[in-house]
Amino acid sequence: MTAEALDNHHDHGPPKGYKRWLFSTNHKDIGTMYLIFATVMLFLGGGMAMLIRAELFIPGLQLVEPNFYNNMVTNHALVMIFGAIMPAAAGMANWMIPMMIGAPDMALPRLNNLSFWLLPMAAIMLIMAMVVPFFGGGAPVATGWTLYPPLSVQAGMGMDLTIFAIHTLGISSILASINIITTIINMRAPGMTWMKMPLFVWAWFFTALLLILVMPALAGGVTMLLFDRHFGTSFFDAAGGGDPVLFQHLFWFFGHPEVYVLLLPSIGVLGIVIPAFSRKPLFGYKPLVYWMGFLTALGLVVWAHHQYTIGMSVAATTYFMIGTILVSIPIGLMLFNFIFTMWRGAMTFETPMLFAIAIILMFAFAGTTGVMLAVVPADMQYHDTYFVVAHFHYALIPGALFGLYAGVFYWLPKWTGHMYDETLGKIFFWWTTIAFNVTFFPQHFVGLAGMPRRIADYSAQFTDINIISSIGGIMFGLSHLLFLYIIIKTVRGGKPAEAKSWEGAQVGTPGLEWTVASPPPFHTFTTPPVVK
Amino acid sequence: MSTASDQYYVPEGSHWPIIAAGGVFVLFIGFAFWMNGVGAGKIFSVVGTLITVYLFYGWFKSVIHESLSGKYNTQVDSSFRQGMMWFITSEVAFFAVLFGALAYFRIITLPYLGGEGFLANSHLLWPEFDATWPILTPPNPEAYPPTEAMGPMGIPLLNTILLLTSGATITWAHHGLKHNNQKVLVVGLILTIALGATFMGFQAYEYYHAYHALNLTLNSGVYGSTFYILTGFHGLHVTIGTIMLIFIAIRSAQGHFTPEKHFAFEGVAWYWHFVDVVWIGLYIFVYWL
Ligand code: HEM
Ligand SMILES: [Cu+2]
Repeated sequence: MTAEALDNHHDHGPPKGYKRWLFSTNHKDIGTMYLIFATVMLFLGGGMAMLIRAELFIPGLQLVEPNFYNNMVTNHALVMIFGAIMPAAAGMANWMIPMMIGAPDMALPRLNNLSFWLLPMAAIMLIMAMVVPFFGGGAPVATGWTLYPPLSVQAGMGMDLTIFAIHTLGISSILASINIITTIINMRAPGMTWMKMPLFVWAWFFTALLLILVMPALAGGVTMLLFDRHFGTSFFDAAGGGDPVLFQHLFWFFGHPEVYVLLLPSIGVLGIVIPAFSRKPLFGYKPLVYWMGFLTALGLVVWAHHQYTIGMSVAATTYFMIGTILVSIPIGLMLFNFIFTMWRGAMTFETPMLFAIAIILMFAFAGTTGVMLAVVPADMQYHDTYFVVAHFHYALIPGALFGLYAGVFYWLPKWTGHMYDETLGKIFFWWTTIAFNVTFFPQHFVGLAGMPRRIADYSAQFTDINIISSIGGIMFGLSHLLFLYIIIKTVRGGKPAEAKSWEGAQVGTPGLEWTVASPPPFHTFTTPPVVK
Repeated sequence: MSTASDQYYVPEGSHWPIIAAGGVFVLFIGFAFWMNGVGAGKIFSVVGTLITVYLFYGWFKSVIHESLSGKYNTQVDSSFRQGMMWFITSEVAFFAVLFGALAYFRIITLPYLGGEGFLANSHLLWPEFDATWPILTPPNPEAYPPTEAMGPMGIPLLNTILLLTSGATITWAHHGLKHNNQKVLVVGLILTIALGATFMGFQAYEYYHAYHALNLTLNSGVYGSTFYILTGFHGLHVTIGTIMLIFIAIRSAQGHFTPEKHFAFEGVAWYWHFVDVVWIGLYIFVYWL
């Protein structure tokens, strides 16, 4: 190879101006864009949640029209899942995986940029989907994020925009997953063997695998929906020999593994944060990897626990019940591994660690309500009530969002070169955790009492608890202004961070991320570093 | 893990990804508008298509340029290979979903519509319905008119033979490439392209025949729906595969590939074999059984 051919961009810093971002092939810049986008979407989805809680403050219809309310429920979920959580996790993967495994960048840097830029396009489509009903675009998408037919066949043009937004998001996820998995397999530095990889990298390996396998199910499902809507097919219409329940199977074959897609990156963060602040290597690193693999496999075969009420055979419901309850085994074991990591450690309680501990407690609680929901006769009562809403918010907010917060606070010094303000970080932790519990804990009770989900109104006996829930919700929303302030403050200045920003950063199975400066140079590694 | 290089390769910043994202946006918005009769829809769809074509041309052109100027080390080459492998994995998953839908209709929905099982009641609504596959008269024939079945003999059988042969010719071409025999390579590719194009021609004729002689349309109930979605997506993949083969043939004729370095050829060959295997599934489950 000639010297000229080797001159490939390593020696100079970032390009100037808009080109740096629009044309980027740099994993750190793309990671930053992912994280900024996720934050914007968090506030968009959060804004909708605030409106939803405001409408539910007291019974009756006050603020919004019921169909628009349900459209907001749909888009709140889609924006949060596809716009906030997944891009935030992908942003962290972009920033950290190449640095951890000693790679120069992602394996396919241009594809990486495409994966990112598809997201804002999809976000615009989702927003348009909510707006077109006001301009003669037909009925709003009042289905919830599950998009079940026949309601989704009857909705107006917003549904088509939603379908194409999902296609765009799906392409983005699949390309990003291909990239991440290829990076992990192919770009590890010499000596960075599989069983030396930081747990976060393993977590993303399984996440990407799941996405590649299940995203096509959603794509296939919404494509059939599109054909039923416009081209006369009858996939989901019994009058033509089709079956609306098939859509549910396709959706949940994607949807349940999607839950692990949201969860696993955060489990990966816990596997990094807990050893660091316990100053003790991870308890049972290898078993943790195996549990994640087991969870991935099991996650693919339990989807119909969301559909107990569709009239499946007893044999089928029994199978899905047992499979679902089995899920609690790998999850429980993971939590035990984390607890044993802390056992007799020299623990300190910086913000990431506070989040980590709170996650273990609250996620275990979500697992408990999950086992309740998994039991068929019980779920016949709980299904489509606020009990389910409470369950999955306990699973998703601690299990996914808080895990990402732990990651943000843990890696912020590495990314920005500044330490964040620890006092403010702790205030944010307590504020947001308390507000979260005030919002969602009471919902278990209205749920058990029979309050249905996805309806803009409720009967008067649920008023007290809904008022509490709404107050908690607004508090939870406001806490994020503090979050934003902390981040902006840290980006702009603060105590300089060392290369090894945390005392315990090198404990356990870290990657190479702490061997480079904080913030790292524009191009981290130009030649493969050797891992001993 | 590839460690053959002592220097990592990272490409320069590129404007193609953002053009791609914009193209997807214009195209999809165009489709959504068009399907709902909004005036600008057609224009958007056409512009989106043009952007997409330009994009593939430009992006691949710059990649080919980089490849020819020797910028790619073995690590980059194996990243491309693995990327392609995982892409095909997700395509396999997509077709598995379509086949799964077909199986679901036949194994679960059909007996249920015929009155089997303790919850079934649609036979009260449609007592005439004959629950056998293929469903030639859907439960409600007013909404979904009756059709005739598409048999496995004739064109479908011929198409099977064509595609299987094309799998052999592309392997022959690969053999030529490995032994540095450019003639075998190019002739093998041209034969493969010809077989693929003939397949597509027959498929188009079959659709015409289905619509006009058999009354088998998208509107014929779930038999027509599954028939067209499975054969349609497969046909789309054959079309894409053939276009890729044409470019590979041109590059082969220009001597772009060496026995050691020919990822582009192999990627397309894998894709073609994948399309081949899907067809065998189609022939068995859609036409035959
Ligand atoms: C021990 C683990 C878990 C079990 C046993 C479990 C079980 C269940 C069951 C049976 C349902 C269906 C309830 C119904 O619709 O009637 C459900 C709903 C749901 N779960 Fe879980 N789950 C677990 C963990 C999780 C996790 C980790 C997440 C997210 C990170 C999650 C998110 C959801 C969501 C979003 C729904 C609502 C679906 C809807 O729209 O109806 N779950 N869960
Ligand atoms: Cu599930």
